[in-house]
Amino acid sequence: MSVLLIAEHNNKELRPFTLNAATAASQIDEDVHAVIIGHNSAEAAKKLSELSVVKKVLSVEAAHYENFTAENFAPVIIKLAEDYSHIVCSANTFGKNLMPRIAAHLDTSQVSDIIKVISADTFLRPIYAGNAFATIKSNDTKKCVTIRPTSFDPCGSTGGSAPIEKVDASEEFSNTKFIKREEIKSDRPELGTARIVVSGGRGMQSGDNFKLITGIADKLGAAIGASRAAVDAGYISNDHQVGQTGKVVVPELYIAIGISGAIQHLAGMKESKVIVAINKDGEAPIFSVADYGLEADLFEAIPQFMEELNKLNTIQK
Amino acid sequence: MKILVAVKRVIDYNVQIRVKEDGTGVVTDNVKMSTNPPDDNAIEEAVKIKEAGKATEVVAVTVGEEKAQETVRKALAVGADRGIHVKVDGIIEPLAVSKILQKVVDKEKPDLVFMGKQAIDDDCNQTGQMLSALLNWPQATFASKIDVKDNKLEVTREIDEGLETIEINVPAIVTCDLRLNEPRYASLPNIMKAKKKPIEQIAASDLDVDLSPRLEQLKVEEPPKRKAGIKVANVAELVQKLKNEAKVI
Repeated sequence: MSVLLIAEHNNKELRPFTLNAATAASQIDEDVHAVIIGHNSAEAAKKLSELSVVKKVLSVEAAHYENFTAENFAPVIIKLAEDYSHIVCSANTFGKNLMPRIAAHLDTSQVSDIIKVISADTFLRPIYAGNAFATIKSNDTKKCVTIRPTSFDPCGSTGGSAPIEKVDASEEFSNTKFIKREEIKSDRPELGTARIVVSGGRGMQSGDNFKLITGIADKLGAAIGASRAAVDAGYISNDHQVGQTGKVVVPELYIAIGISGAIQHLAGMKESKVIVAINKDGEAPIFSVADYGLEADLFEAIPQFMEELNKLNTIQK
Repeated sequence: MKILVAVKRVIDYNVQIRVKEDGTGVVTDNVKMSTNPPDDNAIEEAVKIKEAGKATEVVAVTVGEEKAQETVRKALAVGADRGIHVKVDGIIEPLAVSKILQKVVDKEKPDLVFMGKQAIDDDCNQTGQMLSALLNWPQATFASKIDVKDNKLEVTREIDEGLETIEINVPAIVTCDLRLNEPRYASLPNIMKAKKKPIEQIAASDLDVDLSPRLEQLKVEEPPKRKAGIKVANVAELVQKLKNEAKVI
Protein backbone atom coordinates (compact mmCIF):
# COMPACT_ATOMS: atom_id res chain seq x y z
CA MET A 1 0.00 0.00 0.00
CA SER A 2 1.00 3.62 -0.35
CA VAL A 3 2.32 6.24 2.03
CA LEU A 4 0.29 9.32 2.89
CA LEU A 5 2.39 12.42 3.57
CA ILE A 6 0.75 15.31 5.45
CA ALA A 7 1.99 18.57 3.93
CA GLU A 8 2.87 21.46 6.20
CA HIS A 9 2.25 24.85 4.62
CA ASN A 10 1.03 28.39 5.26
CA ASN A 11 -1.77 28.28 2.65
CA LYS A 12 0.53 30.01 0.13
CA GLU A 13 3.73 28.02 0.27
CA LEU A 14 4.92 24.66 1.51
CA ARG A 15 6.91 24.80 4.71
CA PRO A 16 10.43 23.68 3.71
CA PHE A 17 10.45 20.58 5.94
CA THR A 18 7.61 19.07 3.93
CA LEU A 19 10.31 18.27 1.35
CA ASN A 20 12.43 16.45 3.92
CA ALA A 21 9.45 14.45 5.16
CA ALA A 22 8.65 13.61 1.52
CA THR A 23 12.10 12.09 1.13
CA ALA A 24 11.58 9.92 4.20
CA ALA A 25 8.13 8.91 2.92
CA SER A 26 9.64 7.86 -0.41
CA GLN A 27 12.17 5.67 1.42
CA ILE A 28 9.29 3.80 3.06
CA ASP A 29 7.44 3.25 -0.22
CA GLU A 30 7.81 4.79 -3.67
CA ASP A 31 4.09 5.42 -3.99
CA VAL A 32 3.88 8.67 -2.01
CA HIS A 33 0.57 10.52 -1.93
CA ALA A 34 0.45 13.90 -0.22
CA VAL A 35 -2.53 15.52 1.45
CA ILE A 36 -2.79 19.27 1.85
CA ILE A 37 -5.47 20.62 4.16
CA GLY A 38 -5.98 24.37 4.14
CA HIS A 39 -7.97 27.39 3.08
CA ASN A 40 -7.30 29.05 -0.29
CA SER A 41 -4.26 26.83 -0.52
CA ALA A 42 -4.38 26.00 -4.23
CA GLU A 43 -1.01 27.61 -4.82
CA ALA A 44 0.64 25.46 -2.18
CA ALA A 45 -1.18 22.39 -3.53
CA LYS A 46 0.32 23.06 -6.95
CA LYS A 47 3.81 23.25 -5.46
CA LEU A 48 3.16 19.99 -3.67
CA SER A 49 2.20 18.35 -6.97
CA GLU A 50 5.57 19.40 -8.40
CA LEU A 51 7.68 17.65 -5.74
CA SER A 52 9.86 15.01 -7.37
CA VAL A 53 8.67 12.10 -5.21
CA VAL A 54 4.93 12.85 -4.97
CA LYS A 55 2.66 10.68 -7.16
CA LYS A 56 -0.72 12.13 -6.20
CA VAL A 57 -2.01 15.13 -4.27
CA LEU A 58 -5.20 15.20 -2.23
CA SER A 59 -6.47 18.70 -1.58
CA VAL A 60 -8.95 19.51 1.18
CA GLU A 61 -10.23 23.06 1.43
CA ALA A 62 -12.45 24.77 4.01
CA ALA A 63 -12.41 27.98 6.02
CA HIS A 64 -11.94 26.06 9.26
CA TYR A 65 -8.61 24.69 8.00
CA GLU A 66 -7.04 28.12 7.76
CA ASN A 67 -5.15 27.84 11.05
CA PHE A 68 -4.04 24.20 10.99
CA THR A 69 -5.92 23.15 14.14
CA ALA A 70 -5.20 19.49 14.87
CA GLU A 71 -8.77 18.86 16.03
CA ASN A 72 -9.96 19.84 12.54
CA PHE A 73 -7.20 18.11 10.60
CA ALA A 74 -7.31 14.71 12.32
CA PRO A 75 -10.77 13.58 11.07
CA VAL A 76 -9.75 14.27 7.45
CA ILE A 77 -6.65 12.10 7.71
CA ILE A 78 -8.48 9.35 9.59
CA LYS A 79 -10.99 9.08 6.76
CA LEU A 80 -8.23 8.91 4.15
CA ALA A 81 -6.09 6.49 6.18
CA GLU A 82 -8.04 3.46 5.01
CA ASP A 83 -6.13 3.43 1.72
CA TYR A 84 -2.66 3.79 3.20
CA SER A 85 -0.15 1.67 5.09
CA HIS A 86 1.75 4.64 6.53
CA ILE A 87 0.88 8.20 7.56
CA VAL A 88 3.95 10.43 7.62
CA CYS A 89 4.60 14.00 8.77
CA SER A 90 7.46 16.19 10.01
CA ALA A 91 8.25 16.04 13.72
CA ASN A 92 8.03 19.77 14.26
CA THR A 93 5.37 21.47 16.38
CA PHE A 94 2.78 21.03 13.60
CA GLY A 95 3.31 17.27 13.28
CA LYS A 96 3.92 16.68 16.98
CA ASN A 97 0.58 18.29 17.73
CA LEU A 98 -1.34 16.47 15.02
CA MET A 99 0.00 12.95 14.50
CA PRO A 100 -0.75 11.42 17.93
CA ARG A 101 -4.37 12.55 17.57
CA ILE A 102 -4.53 10.56 14.33
CA ALA A 103 -2.65 7.55 15.71
CA ALA A 104 -4.93 7.20 18.73
CA HIS A 105 -8.02 7.24 16.50
CA LEU A 106 -6.47 4.56 14.31
CA ASP A 107 -5.44 2.59 17.42
CA THR A 108 -1.82 2.51 16.34
CA SER A 109 1.35 3.17 18.32
CA GLN A 110 3.10 6.14 16.76
CA VAL A 111 6.83 6.07 16.03
CA SER A 112 8.04 9.61 16.78
CA ASP A 113 10.91 11.61 15.38
CA ILE A 114 12.68 8.97 13.28
CA ILE A 115 16.15 9.71 11.93
CA LYS A 116 16.43 6.72 9.57
CA VAL A 117 14.16 4.40 7.63
CA ILE A 118 15.62 0.91 8.02
CA SER A 119 12.70 -0.85 6.33
CA ALA A 120 9.00 -0.24 5.85
CA ASP A 121 8.33 -1.31 9.44
CA THR A 122 11.63 -0.58 11.21
CA PHE A 123 13.02 2.82 12.09
CA LEU A 124 15.86 4.42 14.02
CA ARG A 125 15.00 7.13 16.52
CA PRO A 126 16.86 9.01 19.24
CA ILE A 127 15.75 8.63 22.86
CA TYR A 128 16.99 10.32 26.05
CA ALA A 129 17.81 13.58 24.29
CA GLY A 130 19.83 11.75 21.65
CA ASN A 131 22.03 9.98 24.20
CA ALA A 132 20.84 6.65 22.83
CA PHE A 133 19.47 5.47 19.50
CA ALA A 134 16.65 2.91 19.48
CA THR A 135 15.79 0.63 16.58
CA ILE A 136 12.02 0.25 16.64
CA LYS A 137 9.89 -2.23 14.71
CA SER A 138 6.20 -1.43 14.41
CA ASN A 139 3.79 -4.35 14.37
CA ASP A 140 0.70 -2.24 13.74
CA THR A 141 -0.98 -2.69 10.35
CA LYS A 142 -1.16 1.07 9.92
CA LYS A 143 1.90 3.01 10.90
CA CYS A 144 1.99 6.62 12.02
CA VAL A 145 5.50 7.99 11.75
CA THR A 146 6.92 11.46 12.36
CA ILE A 147 10.20 12.41 10.71
CA ARG A 148 13.05 14.43 12.14
CA PRO A 149 13.39 16.68 9.10
CA THR A 150 17.06 17.54 9.51
CA SER A 151 17.97 13.85 9.22
CA PHE A 152 16.67 13.63 5.64
CA ASP A 153 17.62 15.67 2.60
CA PRO A 154 14.82 17.63 0.97
CA CYS A 155 13.38 16.03 -2.17
CA GLY A 156 13.46 17.91 -5.46
CA SER A 157 11.03 20.83 -5.49
CA THR A 158 10.36 20.31 -9.21
CA GLY A 159 10.12 17.44 -11.65
CA GLY A 160 6.85 15.99 -10.41
CA SER A 161 3.49 16.47 -12.07
CA ALA A 162 1.13 14.66 -9.75
CA PRO A 163 -2.60 14.94 -10.35
CA ILE A 164 -4.47 17.01 -7.74
CA GLU A 165 -7.67 15.40 -6.49
CA LYS A 166 -10.23 17.31 -4.38
CA VAL A 167 -11.41 15.61 -1.21
CA ASP A 168 -14.46 16.61 0.84
CA ALA A 169 -13.89 18.53 4.04
CA SER A 170 -14.87 17.14 7.44
CA GLU A 171 -16.99 18.92 10.02
CA GLU A 172 -15.56 21.69 12.13
CA PHE A 173 -14.52 20.91 15.70
CA SER A 174 -16.30 23.62 17.64
CA ASN A 175 -14.58 23.42 21.03
CA THR A 176 -11.27 24.84 19.86
CA LYS A 177 -11.03 28.37 18.54
CA PHE A 178 -7.98 29.96 16.99
CA ILE A 179 -7.31 33.46 18.31
CA LYS A 180 -3.97 34.63 16.94
CA ARG A 181 -0.49 33.70 15.85
CA GLU A 182 2.52 35.87 16.62
CA GLU A 183 5.24 35.10 14.12
CA ILE A 184 8.49 36.91 14.35
CA LYS A 185 9.33 38.02 10.84
CA SER A 186 12.99 38.17 9.96
CA ASP A 187 15.09 38.48 6.84
CA ARG A 188 17.53 35.97 8.21
CA PRO A 189 17.54 32.32 7.09
CA GLU A 190 15.21 29.98 8.99
CA LEU A 191 16.84 28.41 12.01
CA GLY A 192 15.87 24.88 10.99
CA THR A 193 17.42 25.05 7.52
CA ALA A 194 20.21 27.64 7.83
CA ARG A 195 23.72 26.76 6.63
CA ILE A 196 25.23 28.59 9.59
CA VAL A 197 23.72 29.07 13.07
CA VAL A 198 25.14 31.43 15.69
CA SER A 199 23.72 30.72 19.15
CA GLY A 200 23.95 32.52 22.45
CA GLY A 201 23.42 31.27 25.98
CA ARG A 202 23.16 32.52 29.52
CA GLY A 203 26.69 33.91 29.16
CA MET A 204 25.26 36.72 27.03
CA GLN A 205 23.89 38.17 30.30
CA SER A 206 21.17 40.33 28.69
CA GLY A 207 18.89 40.76 25.73
CA ASP A 208 20.86 43.84 24.74
CA ASN A 209 24.07 41.87 24.58
CA PHE A 210 22.36 39.46 22.19
CA LYS A 211 22.82 42.18 19.57
CA LEU A 212 26.48 41.11 19.49
CA ILE A 213 25.25 37.73 18.20
CA THR A 214 23.06 39.50 15.67
CA GLY A 215 26.11 41.31 14.29
CA ILE A 216 28.01 38.08 13.71
CA ALA A 217 24.94 36.37 12.26
CA ASP A 218 24.37 39.20 9.79
CA LYS A 219 27.99 39.09 8.72
CA LEU A 220 27.82 35.34 8.08
CA GLY A 221 24.28 35.23 6.70
CA ALA A 222 23.42 32.96 9.62
CA ALA A 223 20.32 32.16 11.65
CA ILE A 224 20.25 32.96 15.36
CA GLY A 225 19.84 30.24 17.96
CA ALA A 226 19.72 30.21 21.73
CA SER A 227 19.95 27.87 24.67
CA ARG A 228 16.90 27.32 26.84
CA ALA A 229 18.56 29.34 29.61
CA ALA A 230 18.77 32.38 27.32
CA VAL A 231 15.11 32.04 26.29
CA ASP A 232 13.95 31.49 29.88
CA ALA A 233 15.88 34.60 30.94
CA GLY A 234 13.98 36.58 28.30
CA TYR A 235 17.05 37.49 26.19
CA ILE A 236 15.35 36.20 23.03
CA SER A 237 12.02 34.67 21.92
CA ASN A 238 11.15 30.97 22.14
CA ASP A 239 11.29 30.32 18.38
CA HIS A 240 15.11 30.53 18.64
CA GLN A 241 15.51 27.73 21.17
CA VAL A 242 17.74 24.84 20.14
CA GLY A 243 17.62 21.60 22.12
CA GLN A 244 15.65 18.59 23.32
CA THR A 245 12.45 20.58 23.76
CA GLY A 246 13.24 23.21 21.13
CA LYS A 247 14.48 22.85 17.58
CA VAL A 248 16.99 20.37 16.23
CA VAL A 249 19.45 21.95 13.83
CA VAL A 250 22.13 20.39 11.66
CA PRO A 251 23.92 23.29 9.99
CA GLU A 252 27.32 23.15 8.31
CA LEU A 253 28.61 25.49 11.01
CA TYR A 254 27.23 25.94 14.54
CA ILE A 255 28.81 28.62 16.69
CA ALA A 256 27.91 28.35 20.39
CA ILE A 257 28.73 31.49 22.34
CA GLY A 258 28.38 31.61 26.11
CA ILE A 259 26.60 28.24 26.13
CA SER A 260 27.79 25.72 28.71
CA GLY A 261 26.40 22.73 26.81
CA ALA A 262 23.80 20.96 28.96
CA ILE A 263 22.83 17.59 27.43
CA GLN A 264 19.43 19.07 26.61
CA HIS A 265 21.10 21.70 24.41
CA LEU A 266 23.56 19.25 22.83
CA ALA A 267 20.53 17.15 21.78
CA GLY A 268 19.56 19.94 19.41
CA MET A 269 22.89 20.67 17.73
CA LYS A 270 25.49 17.96 18.13
CA GLU A 271 24.92 16.54 14.64
CA SER A 272 26.10 19.84 13.13
CA LYS A 273 28.98 19.39 10.68
CA VAL A 274 31.39 21.83 12.30
CA ILE A 275 30.92 23.09 15.86
CA VAL A 276 32.65 26.11 17.37
CA ALA A 277 32.42 26.87 21.09
CA ILE A 278 33.40 30.15 22.68
CA ASN A 279 33.25 30.04 26.46
CA LYS A 280 35.37 31.37 29.29
CA ASP A 281 34.95 28.17 31.32
CA GLY A 282 37.47 25.72 29.87
CA GLU A 283 35.66 22.82 31.55
CA ALA A 284 32.28 23.60 29.97
CA PRO A 285 30.76 20.44 28.42
CA ILE A 286 30.18 22.25 25.11
CA PHE A 287 33.92 21.80 24.42
CA SER A 288 33.44 18.02 24.36
CA VAL A 289 31.47 18.28 21.11
CA ALA A 290 33.31 21.27 19.61
CA ASP A 291 35.65 20.89 16.64
CA TYR A 292 37.16 24.25 17.48
CA GLY A 293 37.05 25.52 21.04
CA LEU A 294 38.07 28.99 22.15
CA GLU A 295 38.45 29.60 25.86
CA ALA A 296 37.83 33.33 26.08
CA ASP A 297 35.62 36.05 27.48
CA LEU A 298 32.91 36.39 24.86
CA PHE A 299 32.70 40.16 25.30
CA GLU A 300 36.28 40.37 24.08
CA ALA A 301 36.05 37.53 21.58
CA ILE A 302 32.94 38.68 19.68
CA PRO A 303 34.32 42.10 18.67
CA GLN A 304 37.59 40.42 17.65
CA PHE A 305 35.61 37.85 15.67
CA MET A 306 33.86 40.67 13.80
CA GLU A 307 37.19 42.32 13.11
CA GLU A 308 38.70 39.12 11.73
CA LEU A 309 35.64 38.48 9.56
CA ASN A 310 35.90 42.02 8.23
CA LYS A 311 39.49 41.29 7.16
CA LEU A 312 38.40 38.39 4.94
CA ASN A 313 38.04 39.17 1.26
CA THR A 314 35.10 36.87 0.80
CA ILE A 315 32.64 35.10 3.05
CA GLN A 316 30.59 32.15 1.77
CA LYS A 317 26.91 32.79 2.05
CA MET B 1 -13.41 22.86 38.45
CA LYS B 2 -11.45 19.68 38.98
CA ILE B 3 -7.99 19.19 37.49
CA LEU B 4 -6.32 15.84 36.91
CA VAL B 5 -2.56 16.02 36.42
CA ALA B 6 -0.59 13.13 34.95
CA VAL B 7 3.02 12.72 36.10
CA LYS B 8 5.72 10.29 34.99
CA ARG B 9 8.79 8.99 36.78
CA VAL B 10 11.89 9.23 34.59
CA ILE B 11 15.67 9.20 34.90
CA ASP B 12 16.66 12.56 36.39
CA TYR B 13 17.51 15.14 33.74
CA ASN B 14 21.00 15.63 35.14
CA VAL B 15 22.02 11.97 34.90
CA GLN B 16 24.45 11.02 32.16
CA ILE B 17 22.62 8.27 30.26
CA ARG B 18 24.49 4.99 29.77
CA VAL B 19 23.45 2.40 27.23
CA LYS B 20 23.43 -1.23 28.44
CA GLU B 21 26.13 -3.34 26.86
CA ASP B 22 23.67 -5.97 25.69
CA GLY B 23 21.76 -3.35 23.68
CA THR B 24 18.44 -3.92 25.49
CA GLY B 25 18.04 -0.42 26.88
CA VAL B 26 19.70 2.12 29.13
CA VAL B 27 21.03 1.59 32.64
CA THR B 28 18.37 2.36 35.26
CA ASP B 29 19.73 0.43 38.27
CA ASN B 30 21.01 2.76 41.01
CA VAL B 31 20.26 5.77 38.85
CA LYS B 32 18.56 8.86 40.29
CA MET B 33 14.93 9.10 39.21
CA SER B 34 12.69 12.20 39.32
CA THR B 35 9.43 13.54 38.03
CA ASN B 36 9.53 14.33 34.31
CA PRO B 37 10.41 18.09 34.34
CA PRO B 38 7.43 19.52 32.39
CA ASP B 39 5.10 17.39 34.54
CA ASP B 40 6.31 19.51 37.47
CA ASN B 41 5.12 22.55 35.53
CA ALA B 42 1.76 20.86 35.00
CA ILE B 43 1.32 20.26 38.75
CA GLU B 44 2.45 23.79 39.56
CA GLU B 45 -0.06 25.31 37.16
CA ALA B 46 -2.93 23.22 38.52
CA VAL B 47 -2.04 24.18 42.10
CA LYS B 48 -1.80 27.87 41.14
CA ILE B 49 -5.24 27.73 39.52
CA LYS B 50 -6.64 26.17 42.68
CA GLU B 51 -4.93 28.80 44.85
CA ALA B 52 -6.52 31.47 42.67
CA GLY B 53 -9.91 30.03 43.60
CA LYS B 54 -10.64 28.74 40.12
CA ALA B 55 -10.31 25.03 40.84
CA THR B 56 -11.67 22.95 43.68
CA GLU B 57 -9.49 19.87 43.54
CA VAL B 58 -6.16 18.77 42.06
CA VAL B 59 -5.66 15.03 41.59
CA ALA B 60 -2.26 13.65 40.59
CA VAL B 61 -2.11 10.40 38.65
CA THR B 62 0.79 8.25 37.51
CA VAL B 63 1.04 5.05 35.52
CA GLY B 64 3.99 2.82 36.32
CA GLU B 65 5.75 0.41 38.64
CA GLU B 66 5.56 0.51 42.45
CA LYS B 67 8.16 3.26 42.80
CA ALA B 68 6.30 5.56 40.39
CA GLN B 69 4.25 6.44 43.47
CA GLU B 70 7.12 8.73 44.51
CA THR B 71 6.15 11.18 41.78
CA VAL B 72 2.56 11.27 43.04
CA ARG B 73 3.84 11.80 46.58
CA LYS B 74 5.95 14.70 45.35
CA ALA B 75 2.91 16.22 43.62
CA LEU B 76 0.99 15.92 46.90
CA ALA B 77 3.82 17.73 48.69
CA VAL B 78 3.51 20.75 46.41
CA GLY B 79 -0.24 21.05 46.65
CA ALA B 80 -2.15 18.25 44.93
CA ASP B 81 -5.03 17.01 47.10
CA ARG B 82 -4.91 13.30 46.45
CA GLY B 83 -3.26 10.77 44.21
CA ILE B 84 -3.95 7.81 41.97
CA HIS B 85 -1.35 5.22 41.07
CA VAL B 86 -2.16 2.88 38.22
CA LYS B 87 0.27 0.05 38.74
CA VAL B 88 1.82 -1.68 35.78
CA ASP B 89 5.26 -3.22 35.35
CA GLY B 90 7.56 -2.86 32.40
CA ILE B 91 7.49 -0.35 29.58
CA ILE B 92 4.10 0.66 28.29
CA GLU B 93 3.61 2.71 25.18
CA PRO B 94 1.98 6.17 25.13
CA LEU B 95 -1.08 4.70 23.38
CA ALA B 96 -1.66 2.31 26.30
CA VAL B 97 -0.98 5.07 28.84
CA SER B 98 -3.56 7.28 27.17
CA LYS B 99 -6.11 4.42 27.27
CA ILE B 100 -5.44 3.98 30.98
CA LEU B 101 -5.81 7.73 31.55
CA GLN B 102 -9.08 7.64 29.62
CA LYS B 103 -10.40 5.12 32.17
CA VAL B 104 -9.24 7.34 35.01
CA VAL B 105 -10.97 10.33 33.38
CA ASP B 106 -14.18 8.30 32.99
CA LYS B 107 -14.12 7.61 36.71
CA GLU B 108 -12.87 10.95 38.04
CA LYS B 109 -14.69 13.22 35.59
CA PRO B 110 -12.18 16.09 35.72
CA ASP B 111 -12.77 19.31 33.78
CA LEU B 112 -9.14 19.60 32.83
CA VAL B 113 -6.26 17.19 32.36
CA PHE B 114 -2.74 18.63 32.51
CA MET B 115 0.56 16.91 31.80
CA GLY B 116 4.04 17.71 30.50
CA LYS B 117 4.36 18.13 26.75
CA GLN B 118 6.95 15.40 26.43
CA ALA B 119 8.69 12.84 28.63
CA ILE B 120 12.45 13.25 28.61
CA ASP B 121 13.08 9.50 28.54
CA ASP B 122 11.40 8.25 25.36
CA ASP B 123 10.90 11.79 23.95
CA CYS B 124 7.67 10.57 22.29
CA ASN B 125 5.47 13.65 22.79
CA GLN B 126 2.24 11.69 22.28
CA THR B 127 0.24 10.94 25.43
CA GLY B 128 -1.67 14.24 25.84
CA GLN B 129 -2.71 14.39 22.21
CA MET B 130 -3.72 10.70 22.21
CA LEU B 131 -5.82 11.14 25.33
CA SER B 132 -7.62 14.13 23.84
CA ALA B 133 -8.27 12.09 20.69
CA LEU B 134 -9.76 9.21 22.70
CA LEU B 135 -11.96 11.62 24.68
CA ASN B 136 -12.67 13.85 21.66
CA TRP B 137 -11.69 16.84 23.79
CA PRO B 138 -9.84 19.95 22.64
CA GLN B 139 -6.07 19.89 23.06
CA ALA B 140 -3.77 22.80 23.88
CA THR B 141 -0.27 21.45 23.47
CA PHE B 142 3.07 23.10 24.37
CA ALA B 143 1.36 25.66 26.63
CA SER B 144 3.46 28.54 27.97
CA LYS B 145 0.54 30.60 29.34
CA ILE B 146 -2.92 29.62 30.57
CA ASP B 147 -5.78 31.99 31.40
CA VAL B 148 -8.82 30.38 33.00
CA LYS B 149 -12.07 32.10 32.00
CA ASP B 150 -15.26 30.47 33.29
CA ASN B 151 -15.66 27.37 31.20
CA LYS B 152 -12.94 28.29 28.75
CA LEU B 153 -9.19 28.49 28.73
CA GLU B 154 -7.12 30.86 26.70
CA VAL B 155 -3.81 29.17 26.07
CA THR B 156 -0.63 30.48 24.48
CA ARG B 157 1.25 27.71 22.71
CA GLU B 158 4.90 27.68 21.75
CA ILE B 159 5.18 26.74 18.08
CA ASP B 160 8.13 26.69 15.69
CA GLU B 161 7.18 30.02 14.15
CA GLY B 162 6.63 31.84 17.46
CA LEU B 163 3.50 31.87 19.61
CA GLU B 164 -0.09 30.85 18.96
CA THR B 165 -3.10 31.65 21.13
CA ILE B 166 -6.20 29.44 21.14
CA GLU B 167 -9.37 29.31 23.17
CA ILE B 168 -10.64 25.91 24.24
CA ASN B 169 -13.85 24.87 25.97
CA VAL B 170 -13.63 22.60 28.99
CA PRO B 171 -13.35 19.69 29.34
CA ALA B 172 -9.92 19.90 27.75
CA ILE B 173 -6.35 18.62 27.73
CA VAL B 174 -3.35 20.91 28.19
CA THR B 175 0.26 19.78 27.72
CA CYS B 176 2.72 22.07 29.45
CA ASP B 177 5.96 23.63 28.34
CA LEU B 178 8.85 24.28 30.72
CA ARG B 179 8.27 28.02 30.40
CA LEU B 180 4.71 27.86 31.75
CA ASN B 181 5.81 28.64 35.31
CA GLU B 182 8.51 28.10 37.92
CA PRO B 183 7.69 24.93 39.90
CA ARG B 184 7.94 25.42 43.65
CA TYR B 185 9.96 23.29 46.01
CA ALA B 186 8.18 21.22 48.61
CA SER B 187 8.70 22.48 52.16
CA LEU B 188 9.46 19.98 54.89
CA PRO B 189 6.11 20.47 56.67
CA ASN B 190 4.32 19.95 53.36
CA ILE B 191 6.33 16.80 52.66
CA MET B 192 5.21 15.50 56.06
CA LYS B 193 1.60 16.47 55.35
CA ALA B 194 1.75 14.79 51.94
CA LYS B 195 2.47 11.48 53.64
CA LYS B 196 -1.03 11.56 55.07
CA LYS B 197 -2.77 12.39 51.82
CA PRO B 198 -4.46 9.39 50.17
CA ILE B 199 -3.08 7.61 47.12
CA GLU B 200 -5.47 5.15 45.56
CA GLN B 201 -3.78 2.20 43.90
CA ILE B 202 -5.38 0.57 40.88
CA ALA B 203 -3.97 -2.41 38.95
CA ALA B 204 -3.81 -1.59 35.26
CA SER B 205 -4.92 -5.14 34.55
CA ASP B 206 -8.26 -4.37 36.26
CA LEU B 207 -9.06 -1.54 33.86
CA ASP B 208 -10.00 -3.61 30.83
CA VAL B 209 -7.48 -1.85 28.62
CA ASP B 210 -5.38 -3.41 25.87
CA LEU B 211 -1.81 -2.90 27.12
CA SER B 212 -0.10 -5.18 24.62
CA PRO B 213 2.94 -3.58 22.99
CA ARG B 214 2.69 -2.70 19.32
CA LEU B 215 6.31 -1.72 18.97
CA GLU B 216 9.37 -3.88 19.37
CA GLN B 217 12.56 -2.28 20.56
CA LEU B 218 15.07 -4.34 18.58
CA LYS B 219 18.19 -2.59 19.79
CA VAL B 220 19.40 0.38 21.81
CA GLU B 221 22.85 1.67 21.00
CA GLU B 222 25.11 4.59 21.70
CA PRO B 223 25.01 7.34 19.12
CA PRO B 224 28.15 7.74 17.04
CA LYS B 225 30.75 9.78 18.90
CA ARG B 226 32.16 13.00 17.47
CA LYS B 227 35.88 12.94 16.96
CA ALA B 228 37.75 15.07 19.43
CA GLY B 229 38.26 18.67 18.43
CA ILE B 230 41.01 21.13 19.22
CA LYS B 231 41.32 24.28 21.28
CA VAL B 232 42.49 27.32 19.38
CA ALA B 233 44.65 30.01 20.98
CA ASN B 234 42.82 33.08 19.76
CA VAL B 235 40.13 34.45 17.48
CA ALA B 236 42.50 34.96 14.54
CA GLU B 237 43.42 31.27 14.58
CA LEU B 238 39.74 30.31 14.85
CA VAL B 239 38.75 32.33 11.79
CA GLN B 240 41.74 31.02 9.83
CA LYS B 241 40.75 27.41 10.69
CA LEU B 242 37.13 28.00 9.69
CA LYS B 243 38.20 29.57 6.43
CA ASN B 244 41.06 27.32 5.34
CA GLU B 245 40.69 24.01 7.19
CA ALA B 246 36.95 23.50 7.69
CA LYS B 247 36.15 25.72 4.67
CA VAL B 248 32.77 26.73 6.07
CA ILE B 249 32.99 30.53 5.90
